[in-house]
Amino acid sequence: MEKVNIRHSIFRTLLLSMVVLFSFSQTSYSQEDSGTADAAVEESDSGASGAEGDVAAGKELFNSLCAACHKPYKKATGPALHGVSDRHDRQWLYEWIKNSAAMIASGDDAAVKIYEEYNQTPMNAFPQLSHEDIDNILAYVEQPKPEPVQVAGGDAQVDAGGGYGSGVSTNVVLGILAFVLLLLTVILVLVNKTLNRFAEVNGVPIVASEKRKPIWKAFVENQFLVLVSSVFLLLVGAYFVYGFFMQVGVDQGYAPVQPIHYSHRIHAGDNQIECKYCHSSARVSKTSGVPSLNVCMNCHKSVSEVAPETATEDYTKDFYDGEISKLYDAVGWDTETQSYTGEEKPVKWVRIHNLPDFAYFNHSQHVSVAGIACQECHGPVEEMEIMRQEAPLTMGWCINCHRETKVKVEGNKYYDKIHEELSKKYGVETLTAAQMGALECGKCHY
Amino acid sequence: MSSNKKYWKSVEELNEDSSIVEALQQKEFAEEIPTDEFLGNKEALEGSSTSRRDFLKFVGFSTAAASLAACEGPVTKTIPYVVQPERIVPGVANYYATTIADGFDFSSVLVKTREGRPIKIENNKLGKVNSGANARVHASVLSLYDGNRVSRPTIEGEGVSWERFDKEVGARLAALGGKELVLLTQTFASPSTAKLIEEFKEKYPNVRQVVYDTISETAALDAFEAKYGFRALPNYDFSKATTIVSVGADFLGDWQGGGYDAEYAQGRIPKNGKMSRHIQFESNMSMTGANADKRIPVTPSEQKMILAALYGYVSGTTTSGLPAKLDDVVIKTKEELRKAGSGAVVVSGIQDVDAQNLVLAINEKLNSAVMGTSNPRMIRQGNANEALRLVDQMSSGSVGGIMMVGVNPAYSFPNADEFVEALKNVDLTVTFSSKMDETAILTEFVGATPHYLESWGDVQMTKNNFSLMQPTIKPLFDTRQFQDCLLKWTDNDKSYYEYIKETWNGMLGSTSWSNALHDGVFESTSTVSAGTTSSGSTESAGSAVSPSASATKLSQSEKGNGFELTLYTKVALGDGEQANNPWLQEMPDPITRASWDNYLTISKADADALGLESRHVANGGLNGSYVNLKVEGTELNAVPVIIQPGQARGSVGLALGYGRKEAIQEEMQVGLNAYPLYKNFNNVQNVTIEKAAGEHEFACVQLHNTLMGRGEIVRETTLEIFNTKDKEEWNDVPLVSLNHEETSVRSPEVDLWDSFDRSIGHHFNLSIDLNACTGCGACVIACHSENNVPVVGKSEIRRSRDMHWLRIDRYYSSEETFEQDNQKKDNLSGLFGDNGSLGGFGELEHAATQNVQVVFQPVMCQHCNHAPCETVCPVAATSHGRQGQNQMAYNRCVGTRYCANNCPYKVRRFNWFLYNKNDEFDYHMNNDLGRMVLNPDVTVRSRGVMEKCSMCIQMTQKTILDAKRDGREIEDGEFQTACSNACSAGAMQFGDINDKESVVYEKKQEDRMYHLLEYVGTKPNVFYHTKVRNTSKV
Repeated sequence: MEKVNIRHSIFRTLLLSMVVLFSFSQTSYSQEDSGTADAAVEESDSGASGAEGDVAAGKELFNSLCAACHKPYKKATGPALHGVSDRHDRQWLYEWIKNSAAMIASGDDAAVKIYEEYNQTPMNAFPQLSHEDIDNILAYVEQPKPEPVQVAGGDAQVDAGGGYGSGVSTNVVLGILAFVLLLLTVILVLVNKTLNRFAEVNGVPIVASEKRKPIWKAFVENQFLVLVSSVFLLLVGAYFVYGFFMQVGVDQGYAPVQPIHYSHRIHAGDNQIECKYCHSSARVSKTSGVPSLNVCMNCHKSVSEVAPETATEDYTKDFYDGEISKLYDAVGWDTETQSYTGEEKPVKWVRIHNLPDFAYFNHSQHVSVAGIACQECHGPVEEMEIMRQEAPLTMGWCINCHRETKVKVEGNKYYDKIHEELSKKYGVETLTAAQMGALECGKCHY
Repeated sequence: MSSNKKYWKSVEELNEDSSIVEALQQKEFAEEIPTDEFLGNKEALEGSSTSRRDFLKFVGFSTAAASLAACEGPVTKTIPYVVQPERIVPGVANYYATTIADGFDFSSVLVKTREGRPIKIENNKLGKVNSGANARVHASVLSLYDGNRVSRPTIEGEGVSWERFDKEVGARLAALGGKELVLLTQTFASPSTAKLIEEFKEKYPNVRQVVYDTISETAALDAFEAKYGFRALPNYDFSKATTIVSVGADFLGDWQGGGYDAEYAQGRIPKNGKMSRHIQFESNMSMTGANADKRIPVTPSEQKMILAALYGYVSGTTTSGLPAKLDDVVIKTKEELRKAGSGAVVVSGIQDVDAQNLVLAINEKLNSAVMGTSNPRMIRQGNANEALRLVDQMSSGSVGGIMMVGVNPAYSFPNADEFVEALKNVDLTVTFSSKMDETAILTEFVGATPHYLESWGDVQMTKNNFSLMQPTIKPLFDTRQFQDCLLKWTDNDKSYYEYIKETWNGMLGSTSWSNALHDGVFESTSTVSAGTTSSGSTESAGSAVSPSASATKLSQSEKGNGFELTLYTKVALGDGEQANNPWLQEMPDPITRASWDNYLTISKADADALGLESRHVANGGLNGSYVNLKVEGTELNAVPVIIQPGQARGSVGLALGYGRKEAIQEEMQVGLNAYPLYKNFNNVQNVTIEKAAGEHEFACVQLHNTLMGRGEIVRETTLEIFNTKDKEEWNDVPLVSLNHEETSVRSPEVDLWDSFDRSIGHHFNLSIDLNACTGCGACVIACHSENNVPVVGKSEIRRSRDMHWLRIDRYYSSEETFEQDNQKKDNLSGLFGDNGSLGGFGELEHAATQNVQVVFQPVMCQHCNHAPCETVCPVAATSHGRQGQNQMAYNRCVGTRYCANNCPYKVRRFNWFLYNKNDEFDYHMNNDLGRMVLNPDVTVRSRGVMEKCSMCIQMTQKTILDAKRDGREIEDGEFQTACSNACSAGAMQFGDINDKESVVYEKKQEDRMYHLLEYVGTKPNVFYHTKVRNTSKV
């Protein structure tokens, strides 16, 4: 019974390898939970209360009044506020915050020094703040700096482990399934062989199956079947060839890597910035316009880093902060001196939506006149971490929309007369763009 | 079992001893194959690193690479501004008002810029004088993007920095000592520049300014100065004219600075049964002559006598020394002038102080309200005599330095050779030029100047009307204005911009600086003036020669030997300043319809006598004989000849401005330089002509010159008939046969198609008034620049492959008038005999030789509502819009050209080649600089597609969109096409025919309205107005 022994050994190795595989996938899963760690860190500072004053109230006040120019731990238009209570006494601070200009005018040494240091930019006066309010703000800014390194580090680990784990697990499961299937086939063959051998040994006659005409021969002889199937094959082939040609030049889903990783998810999604705040020319021009860098700097002059909670599994805070510094590099902004150096390096973005030259498209017609939301064509931009071409941008796609979309005529004097007459002629309540003439070749091709 | 049969291939094989058979058994070929020979140089072959195997690899690799590349779209980069200028929105055009003042063309214009680059010139409708841009001004935007411009200042041909340039020129200026420095300049007509030059003179007292115009108006300036004490030209308001008599003045062309066509056209449209009467005496067939009601071809010497006689008759004498026939005409002319009262005006283009003196005297005697002397034109200041004297002074060595600004004397001086020689005697030679032109290459210092679209300036058009020049783009090259250099050299820290602002401080009349800059024009009666004091001329006010003495002198002028040559400037190239502009080179001349050439125009009779011919050859091109010209010892050889109907016998014409070689692309070095014949700056010269060998190949776009009595194409009538007869008599609707009954073609029953209801929304129509159209061609260039029409070059034009979307057909009458043509055709009967159609039609093919009528007809796509082209397109690439446009989808077109064949108006143009990014057509579309002029809203067409006038759908769509965005209705006048916008004469009116208040609707209801070839039933959206000629006799 040597052969049986051999079979056993094969079985054992197989089992062993399976165990090993499973245990690997277990380990990779185990790291996914660590993401909750940073939330705990966040919680820690909001609940705690400072020495004097209410931190929560202070945070609110800080964000509404101070944040435009000050940051707790970093120099901005004005100085970093953490540690300000150590630098100046409380009474001085009350006076300064309520009316700094008066202090400078009165020739207070410390006040003049700060004024000179920050390029003679006067600080707004806040006479409406009570001493208590100021105490609250100070309490907020005087909190110890949270340990962002720790948080970011945790994130990085999550990012590396989690991302890898989810990708591998499906593959592993599939691999195991395939392996099991293979194993079963092998077993079947072996069992069959063994049984045959048993039968031979025991003298049981094996009825040989009658040799039938091979199926391919029968198929070839049946000319009708050949004809039908070749017609079928040709049709299927034509379908796929047509499909192939139709997708040539259609770049749906095109999501190129950009020189700066700009996340629409953060800007349009999380921060709810209106699309046309940055793409302002969409209102009046044929192009929506890639925003010029001075538009970015409207906000990023003071936003030099992302909040820790902005970081995701895929992108860390460090990564995002690095991208913002790329912007500073391009626009020539020195974060140290808070001024422009004049060394500009225009950003070479990769254009995503490319219409052929012979098709004329005007954003303002669609955005301003028709009042179509940007998302109608560009998809859920506010969810896109990486911008991609959502629509196929084919002529059929354009035409379809023109056929279905009603013209927005309310309150537009231009349409008054033509809409009244045309809708009467066509006997409809509201006209579609197509009925208005938006299917004519010359409206887009000239 | 093998067969013993023996197969033999030739008889030779039967002979067993044959050596050939033996040899052939060994080798396939009896003789050695000369592989060495056909493989060429064996050494080179072996030396080559590319083996046959490598070659195949390359082929395979490139095929694979090409197919791979085709699968993936290219990555397009988009680079936004770092800091976006406030007023620039990508995709939206900005307009700036500025002024062209290149010494020849002076015009207030609007510049359309896109993303900061100028792409089109338009008329500044706020301007009161010279605001109608001509073809050259429209094309000047392309000259901005000329790759042959000088990119930085040079010293002895070597590029240097401006600092070094200033330093070295400054040192050399100081080194001149007391020796004279001559500033040889164009006419600036700029008060600030005049002031600046005065300041320069203060610093360097040895400076003297000599102003010189390439095409001189010295005679008229001298005459005016002598009479009125101010060096300027009278300003004419032709809209007030009822009778215009021109003796050799091409006032619709470039005469005295041009720009008179808009006002002239106003008076040409019959209103209340009245229109102006225009009588033209001239030798060359000019655009002005072509528009005249009566044109009398006379030689230049006869013109002088006519002017003298006219003066005589106006001032009361009763006889003249003229031949009886001419005398009769002059007497009748005088009668007409007398009757017209203050609406009468006489103008003359004769370059003779006496003649110009007479013109002023006659108009004064006639009490003409047309000629204005209180607000005269300042745009010509040149003094030809001083310029001529300068050459002598230079040769004698009395000139220490010369500084030339905006002029090119080494090309355009009549005695350019002498000038070039004399220049060698001058120590310091400086040129301010935007090109390394004929003069610049000879001078030591070349200051690279910017184009006018990159410059600041102020221009005094007339005494009280000013126009401002402002940059519309940052200088493309390292250039600096002459004025900025002067400021530097006079130790002034200001920029020229600040200087101008200061000049006008408090002198802008009722407007502010910002407003004046915004409008581009302003009126002021300030004392700031560009007027120069004429140092050379001894005459002063009141010292004018008495007119009668002038008349006597003129009437005694004698005809010289040989032919009388009149040198003229063409509408397209003018004085030759923009010779490197492919749009202008390709623009057909309004009269001869030939492009890319200048040529000698000669009358048929003279040509026959000299044995000259111009003929059509088998490939459809026009060929002409060559002649050699000789003027006072100066020869001009191999001048091609065109036989010109209407050319006065004994006279010939030749255009200036051609034949430039320096800083001109090879393709555009066409024609011959006629300036050497422009002796003493006189445009009339005696010339001897002899035939030369060979034939010249012209690029002429119109070969059929007559209408053959087909009044359907150009309708014409006289003012008398127009006023007295019913519309049906002179502008009938064609009848067609329906069920053997004559039915009006406008009746719906004869229509093959069901008419589409176009009463809702906009329905665009274009009205073309043949009375107002002067044929100037501004629309042709405007269309070119708006619609990215390609330039195809001379040899393609010769093959009739011109791409102009808009052509201006010019027809000559075969008899004396078009009416007689029609009658002749109607009276033809039978094949043979006197009235036989065989001979008759043959005669109708030829234009009349002397007394010929001319008519201009702009033709573009007629946008037929029942378009023949649309029904034959197999792929539905051309279709009709509700707004009336016949639309052309280039991306759908497969190039069958069925549409072009089926078009009765022949307005479709086929892209025989790829005209952009193709070295074979090395014009502006083949280089990055030139492509900056392209209109980004219009597709650049590719090879193999049909194109044609789109009725500027991009412009109407923009107007509609603007209105939609503002939520308002569209007012009449907002809709425009490039051509209607460019037409300062008002011949083209565009608008919405469904707007019953619109001008175009009104125009369509007029009696003069007709459609081109209406009997075809195409129902075009372009309509014409019957030309009315004022033939009323006294």
